Amino acid sequence: MRWLSDRTVERLRAAGSEIDLTHTRYRLIEPIGRGGMGTVYLVEDPALDRRVALKVLDLPDAGGELTARLIQEARVLARLEHPGIVPVHDVGELEDGRVFYTMKFVRGDRLDRWVRSGVSLRQRLVVFRRLCEAVAFAHAQRVLHRDLKPQNIMVGAFGEVLVMDWGVAKILRNLDEEPTLRMTPEASPESLSARSPGASPQTRHGTVLGTPGYMPPEQARGESAQLDERADVYALGAVLAFLLGGRAAAEMGARSASKPRWGRGVPRALRAVAEMAMRAEPAERYRGADELAAEVDRFLEGRPVMAHPESILLRAGRFLWKHRIAVILLLVYAIVRALVLLAERP
Amino acid sequence: MDETTRMPRTGSPFPPTRASVVQGVRSDDPETRKRAYTTLVESYWRPVYTYVRLQWRRDAEQAQDLTQEFLARVVEKEFLGTYEPGRSRLRTFVRTCLDRLVQNADRDARRLKRGGGFEIRSLDFGSVEGELSRLDPPDPNQGEAFFEREWIRGFFGSVVEELRLECEESGKQIHFQLFERYDLEEAGATYESLARDFELSSNDVTNRLAYARRTFRRIALERLRTLTGDEAEFRAEARTLLGVDVS
Repeated sequence: MRWLSDRTVERLRAAGSEIDLTHTRYRLIEPIGRGGMGTVYLVEDPALDRRVALKVLDLPDAGGELTARLIQEARVLARLEHPGIVPVHDVGELEDGRVFYTMKFVRGDRLDRWVRSGVSLRQRLVVFRRLCEAVAFAHAQRVLHRDLKPQNIMVGAFGEVLVMDWGVAKILRNLDEEPTLRMTPEASPESLSARSPGASPQTRHGTVLGTPGYMPPEQARGESAQLDERADVYALGAVLAFLLGGRAAAEMGARSASKPRWGRGVPRALRAVAEMAMRAEPAERYRGADELAAEVDRFLEGRPVMAHPESILLRAGRFLWKHRIAVILLLVYAIVRALVLLAERP
Repeated sequence: MDETTRMPRTGSPFPPTRASVVQGVRSDDPETRKRAYTTLVESYWRPVYTYVRLQWRRDAEQAQDLTQEFLARVVEKEFLGTYEPGRSRLRTFVRTCLDRLVQNADRDARRLKRGGGFEIRSLDFGSVEGELSRLDPPDPNQGEAFFEREWIRGFFGSVVEELRLECEESGKQIHFQLFERYDLEEAGATYESLARDFELSSNDVTNRLAYARRTFRRIALERLRTLTGDEAEFRAEARTLLGVDVS
């Protein structure tokens, strides 16, 4: 028996776990990420001479539930054509029966890493604003993400935002028109349909999907049937809290509905926005991601936010600050005028 | 078309359930028991010897005696009867028993090579001696990690050997040679250089390498299943060794 060096053992381990793309048009480059459901590889598409990301289940799925979920994810992505949502290119099946899909290879940083690169509060809020836009678009298409967290959000070199990993997304109502899938030759529509009966796996009531600290209480209780857009609003609130605190919401005490613990220097109005998004009662949260985005807009424009009612004094102060140049000019005018009047008095 | 592309679809890259050695040694059938013990001995003698030589710093003769005695006890005393799958990994259990044996060795000067009716085949200690110089001296406090590393080295070595035999028997020597060049040799060949050297197209290299790796993984998982105590341990080991989740 031959003796194997440590390096050879490592190469063999890697070789043993590699996916077999023999009968697809793709060539494997390297694994680039791993999620709860599968692994994402960087592959080359020689036909189009480009690199794409290929997501595949880690194991053949005897029960078919994970396969159906992966196909559902691809279909959700195909439906959500938006600059803030990673576009899907192709769906297929490996020789061993595992279903895969390919999508745009996103270059950039995950939000949790990006935030550590010394970005300003305004930059964070602009990115958050774009995130809200993408989620609001998905909501308009009746799709909930259900697992929004910094690890599922990519930020590109120019501040563009891409929402990733729609593996546990929920379609709020059945669609009259099923999106058409483009298939590789080895993955016929029949074979995928057979593996994905109904093409829309429903999460059983009582099943908990999501990430602690980012999922709302109703999702943590497994009340999947009751979830609506406000579940994602909660997660967006947790992401905002993360962006403001730089730490995971879960670490900040937001495991359930409790308020995050804030560090110093976080503007009260923004705290209030995040806390309102993360209210335990869905009815007390923003109704949608667009409403939350509008709040951030108000803050960025120096206007009061709905979540943080201000006293008359604060409002007056904000008014004066906003119109400070006019106020200063008026004051100067008044002082000069007063001096002139005093000087003219006999 | 390359012959690998005509292979029937298996539906799964993972092996069917095979009896583990733990079940095998408890079988009423003498042949099954013998097979299980043989598998155990084949899989463990190298890491056991290396571990005794380097971790316990015994000389070659002492290490050979202790290895022979340990393996004899495995067979004779049916020590796996006390092993409880689920409480620890089989590998950890074996290592713990080995530590105990070596600790007691000084008190028990009498060495008997026993076999309990099974013949322990001649073990090529000389070949292992030649390999010891290539290993870094182990950390005295990292016995578990050292034993695991050596076990994994031996495990992959035996899988490669089985792959070679299987490729030869099925007339796929080129497949193995490509695998050998690309995945075993340190220099790190490229698909293009292999295509040139073997006078194949890049596509053929890709397909044949994929076949060899697929077979390598199948053999590894089959062997792993026999060398683990239960399904949970099998899954955990498959993930540790190959980074794969098995259903």
